[in-house]
Amino acid sequence: METIIEKSLEEVFEEKIANDIRIEPKDWMPEQYRKTLVRQISQHAHSEIVGMLPEGNWITRAPSLKRKAILLSKVQDEAGHGLYLYSAAETLGTTRDQMIADLHSGKAKYSSIFNYPTLSWADIGAIGWLVDGAAIMNQVPLIRTSYGPYARAMVRVCKEESFHQRQGFEIMMTLCNGAPAQKQMAQEAFNRWWWPTLMMFGPKDSESPNTEQSMRWKIKRFTNDELRQRFVDMMVPQAEFLGLTVPDKDLKWNETKNGYDFGDVDWEEFWNVVKGNGPCNKDRLSARVKAHEEGAWVREAALAHAQKRAQREAQA
Amino acid sequence: MSQQKDWPLWEVFIRSKQGLDHKHVGSLHAADAEMAIQNARDVYTRRMEGVSIWVVESKHIHASNPDEAAAFFDPANDKVYRHPTFYEVPAEIKNM
Repeated sequence: METIIEKSLEEVFEEKIANDIRIEPKDWMPEQYRKTLVRQISQHAHSEIVGMLPEGNWITRAPSLKRKAILLSKVQDEAGHGLYLYSAAETLGTTRDQMIADLHSGKAKYSSIFNYPTLSWADIGAIGWLVDGAAIMNQVPLIRTSYGPYARAMVRVCKEESFHQRQGFEIMMTLCNGAPAQKQMAQEAFNRWWWPTLMMFGPKDSESPNTEQSMRWKIKRFTNDELRQRFVDMMVPQAEFLGLTVPDKDLKWNETKNGYDFGDVDWEEFWNVVKGNGPCNKDRLSARVKAHEEGAWVREAALAHAQKRAQREAQA
Repeated sequence: MSQQKDWPLWEVFIRSKQGLDHKHVGSLHAADAEMAIQNARDVYTRRMEGVSIWVVESKHIHASNPDEAAAFFDPANDKVYRHPTFYEVPAEIKNM
């Protein structure tokens, strides 16, 4: 006798994941998968948006017109990246207003790296080189993430991101080839950003409760520690090229693992900044809230204008 | 309540160069079509990715149901003879 086995929705979903078939917005998905994605994508979007603040701080003070134009362009890209990502998150059933409200209330997080200040022009170089370098390391594997709209957004983001890293490296290179004071500026910025950048990959695997499930669902493709290791291996030779000293006394080439051994991140500092006590958490959030509130009348006026015009057209 | 404050959602389609189809690239919020086109230019064509933009309010898009995809696309499933590779062409015949 033939028995017809109806596959459950969950089985169909798992089968797609196993076969690397992308999940699309209207496909059935487990509630927890949806929630994980909304959290991760909106957090990613918020990071792009808040990330404009430390760099925006230097637009008016960029050392030349060329640097100013490049920085403007980069910051505009970050806004674009935020928008691609918000749109991807919205396909999961959340709204832009809801995500922004969660950011402003502190319920949603953004990358802690943006809670550090940009004290000198060299910080703009260090951010492009290190922070965007780390972002690329995190984001390239996300091109293959299991949720279609997220993966497609990442294709565009990654294409644009490599300009960001190169312009940062160029700023560092210019400073390192400059006067001793400029070289020192570069080294100091490097010292400030190295450790916070390593924190960008998130907590140690052993302390990252979401990693296992996210790997199983192929949302994440590599663990935090794997990506952190790759980043260190990639960056140390670049720092050497620039003539900068990595601020880590435990850094050492390890022939057997064909990679660098490096010191432990200050996890106490990491959790402290995540919890809102970093040097700039309050500034960043209040700048966002202020921009949102002071822009409210523009959003309302545009909507009222569109409605009025639609009405007039309907009557004509 | 939060729903009403958001500007409507628009889907964006871009023709990357003359002679090619418009292709869906993503979505964005805008108060009206004109603003949607301007925002689409700023968000999706900062590096000369397009020569033409279409926008359509997302609520006007109707989609086939993914849960019924198997049955819905079934009619094409057993008609291999619609493909040229179904037919055997003798080796002597060139250029067919």
